[in-house]
Amino acid sequence: MSTVKQSRISYDHIATNFQEVHPGLSNREAIEEANRCLYCYDAPCITACPTGIDIPTFIKKIASGNVKGSATTIMTANPIGASCSRVCPTEELCEGACVLNHSTKPIMIGNLQRYATDWAMKNDQILFKAGKKNGTSVAIIGGGPAGLSAARELGILGYDVTIFEAAEHAGGLNTYGIVSFRLPKEVSFWEVKQVESVDVTIKTNTKVGVDISVREILDNYDIVILAIGMSSVPNLGIEGEDLQGVYDAIEFVKQTKTHPITDEFLGKKIVVIGAGNTAIDGATCSVRLGAENVKILYRRSLEEMTAYDFEYEFAKQDGVEFRWLTAPLRIIGDDHGNVRAIECIKMELTEAGEDGRRKPIPVKGSEFVLEVDAVIKAIGQSRYVSLIDEMNLEHDGGVVKINENTYQTSNKKVFACGDVIFGKGQGEAMVVSAAQQGKKTAYAIHQMFTKTANETA
Amino acid sequence: MADLRINLAGIQSPNPFWLASAPPTNSGYQVQRAFEAGWGGAVWKTLGEPILNVSSRFAAVSFNGQRVAGFNNIELITDRPLEVNLKEIAETKKKFPNHTIIASLMVEPKQEKWHEIVKKVEAIGVDGLELNFGCPHGMAERGMGSASGQVPELVEKQTYWVKEVAKTPVIVKLTPNITDITVTAEAATRGGADAISMINTINSLAGVDIDTWNTIPHVAGKGAHGGYCGPAVKPIALNMVGECARNPHINVPISGIGGISSWRDTVEFLLMGATGVQVCTAAMHHGFRIVEDMIEGLNNYLDDKGIASVMDIVGKSVPKYSDWGNLDLNYKIVARINNDICINCNKCHIACEDTSHQCIDMLKAANGESILQVREEDCVGCNLCSIVCPVDGAIDMVELPNELPPMTWNERQAALGTMACDADIIKR
Ligand SMILES: Cc1cc2nc3c(=O)[nH]c(=O)nc-3n(C[C@H](O)[C@H](O)[C@H](O)COP(=O)(O)OP(=O)(O)OC[C@H]3O[C@@H](n4cnc5c(N)ncnc54)[C@H](O)[C@@H]3O)c2cc1C
Ligand SMILES: Cc1cc2nc3c(=O)[nH]c(=O)nc-3n(C[C@H](O)[C@H](O)[C@H](O)COP(=O)(O)O)c2cc1C
Ligand code: SF4
Repeated sequence: MSTVKQSRISYDHIATNFQEVHPGLSNREAIEEANRCLYCYDAPCITACPTGIDIPTFIKKIASGNVKGSATTIMTANPIGASCSRVCPTEELCEGACVLNHSTKPIMIGNLQRYATDWAMKNDQILFKAGKKNGTSVAIIGGGPAGLSAARELGILGYDVTIFEAAEHAGGLNTYGIVSFRLPKEVSFWEVKQVESVDVTIKTNTKVGVDISVREILDNYDIVILAIGMSSVPNLGIEGEDLQGVYDAIEFVKQTKTHPITDEFLGKKIVVIGAGNTAIDGATCSVRLGAENVKILYRRSLEEMTAYDFEYEFAKQDGVEFRWLTAPLRIIGDDHGNVRAIECIKMELTEAGEDGRRKPIPVKGSEFVLEVDAVIKAIGQSRYVSLIDEMNLEHDGGVVKINENTYQTSNKKVFACGDVIFGKGQGEAMVVSAAQQGKKTAYAIHQMFTKTANETA
Repeated sequence: MADLRINLAGIQSPNPFWLASAPPTNSGYQVQRAFEAGWGGAVWKTLGEPILNVSSRFAAVSFNGQRVAGFNNIELITDRPLEVNLKEIAETKKKFPNHTIIASLMVEPKQEKWHEIVKKVEAIGVDGLELNFGCPHGMAERGMGSASGQVPELVEKQTYWVKEVAKTPVIVKLTPNITDITVTAEAATRGGADAISMINTINSLAGVDIDTWNTIPHVAGKGAHGGYCGPAVKPIALNMVGECARNPHINVPISGIGGISSWRDTVEFLLMGATGVQVCTAAMHHGFRIVEDMIEGLNNYLDDKGIASVMDIVGKSVPKYSDWGNLDLNYKIVARINNDICINCNKCHIACEDTSHQCIDMLKAANGESILQVREEDCVGCNLCSIVCPVDGAIDMVELPNELPPMTWNERQAALGTMACDADIIKR
């Protein structure tokens, strides 16, 4: 059995494993890279960015030494632009579209974006001002990327915005769900501060439906935006799930972002079930906690995996093993109720079905047992169905239905954006799309009010 | 938000960024696009008798892969009829009343020709005139452009003729193809110029094709010298602006031109005495949109420094620009190498060893690592090592405490002079 690669990981100082992996560009690297940008006109990278950041302009501003202006250009188009510079799958978005792919090599757009926003962060810049108040109140449920983005735009447009956030801090998965070594929570906090600076009130530790009723919100605000994202990882539906040592991947990562790093996984054997963003983060987190062996079990194959190529590469470099076409059957405990092993079965893929995806079916008699100390569940996220029902919104298995142009739900006064409208079978949800939807929701609301104002005038 | 408005010899502009008289200002369509992008003013492509141009006009010099380090052209003045240009100037001014439009003019060195064009142009409403005494090719062969710009008497006389009838401020654009630009600048002020602008392009040949042996560019196998501009000419232009700004006989505002591509270049020109700047090559390389960063960068710079108005920095470096004879001979700087930052390319060593004062030693530290060290007693403070060093912060040029009181060459000569006199007296 191979052990994880030693080089990147320290077993003596586990906490250092959770520092950001990439140090960021030096001044010189940034200047050289910025000057390599062609400053294309009508550049394809702009179109490839879901938030439409004017990339050549922000890069030109780094080259000219106007780094504040550069950060402003980025954050204007993308209120979550600092986080996105770290977690966006850039080779599928902006960098993938760079014209230099056809001649030399693409510009490191993500790293340059990080350079400019890091500068703004280090220099305590406040980039935006609240607009003149227009008297309309908006309640936003959920302070993740989608809610923050909508709030920032509405704040600039002069709306009276209150975010209700269940957690202790805003930022959503950026604060709690994406591992520190890719996205430190300070970055997310800085974005939250930018939102607060446009006069947005954020009520943390306030879970709608528990700490404040749905009715109260619907009655007291002119507009409500639902941006609650998705919920915890669902159950596998197999025996042994409540044993000690079975974790929800998101909860698992959250622990590392909110508590001192523990050494309880040093030398342990861990399996992660699933092959999306969450599985990768759970697995690489385990490696960094000092686990001796980390395996990802996935019932389909590499081709169907929803994690991005860069994530897959990252996990492989961390020494994570991938077991394709493998499904868990039951988790086996010891006498103390702790995980001891997991029984799995090999799968094979059928011909592509109606949805174009090939279905995995078990191979008879291929059962086998892996000795493990912990099992991390990362098979997607469940939905906040009860809250959505309580709000009386039409939905499809927890995916809130909206008008695609206006982000309006079945209740005219309620809008929804972000993961809460992210449909099934669409690959992985992205921070950058949540940010863009937040913006578009804000504009749709504004358009609705300016239109009625014009009509009545 | 700092106040970016400028006032150049009575000409108001919403910001100091103007497009220079050149292809970007050839038509109303272009100038209107430029104003929409944020340019504060435009000096229209030089008006005069419309000319014929050749095809294959521009060439650029790349430096180690960086495109358009320098730019060369053999284009002449406008190739469009005066009436068309005037109509478009009028339309543009009407659409953008707060933006600055300057008409650049070039006619034969005859009084009646100047009177005629000035009256025509002012009749349609411009904010000022710029007299093009600078174009180094084509027009010079016809006795115009730099041909008259190189003769101080002609500059003075023609400026005077223009001033006889002009009602708007007159800017005289100077050619750099002259030994001492302050001479023609002074001539312009004697002729009554309200402002001067510099530089026009510098005589140049962009290159020779080593396979065909043709010039670059060539027109059907033949070439002619062109005018050079773009980033490469900035230091030349900056010096000329500085020389005029510090000259006590030249007391008119200066519009700075030559190699300006960013807000930083702009700040340098303003500090060195320009009241505003004009840009051509950078716009030709990237389009009008570059002005957004120029405006924002300048504004952020002023805000960071707590300066309320851009006019407050004009000329702030001029008192620091002087003659060699006024520099302190006893001021001493030396190079210091920070070996923890140094990446051991040894470029500083070989530069100093082969071409300066042989004072950077390649040594081994106690732990066996290679280090570079300056023998400060032999270092003359030439800066060469820090110039060739590829890493920021690896070489510092540090000031040594002055052991002797400051003494300039002029002071030294004056002191020697009095001593010599004393000696003479003693001898007698
Ligand atoms: C482990 C992991 C790794 C990921 N990695 C990447 C990546 O590398 N790149 C990428 O682009 N995307 C990644 N994603 C996806 C990305 O994080 C999400 O798409 C994005 O955060 C969605 O934003 P959101 O605002 O819709 O939801 P969330 O970020 O989920 O925010 C929702 C917020 O609403 C709050 N909330 C929920 N219910 C209530 C309530 N009743 N009352 C008040 N507040 C409530 C929550 O506390 C939370 O703060 C990853 C996701 C996970 C889970
Ligand atoms: C193609 C070209 C044409 C030009 N034509 C004129 C002209 O008609 N009149 C003029 O005064 N200057 C002309 N110039 C000079 C520019 O106005 C400007 O003085 C010069 O290019 C230096 O500025 P830059 O380094 O920003 O390009 C021309 C320059 C170029 C490149
Ligand atoms: S830029 Fe190209 S297409 Fe346009 S006129 Fe010049 S040579 Fe022709």
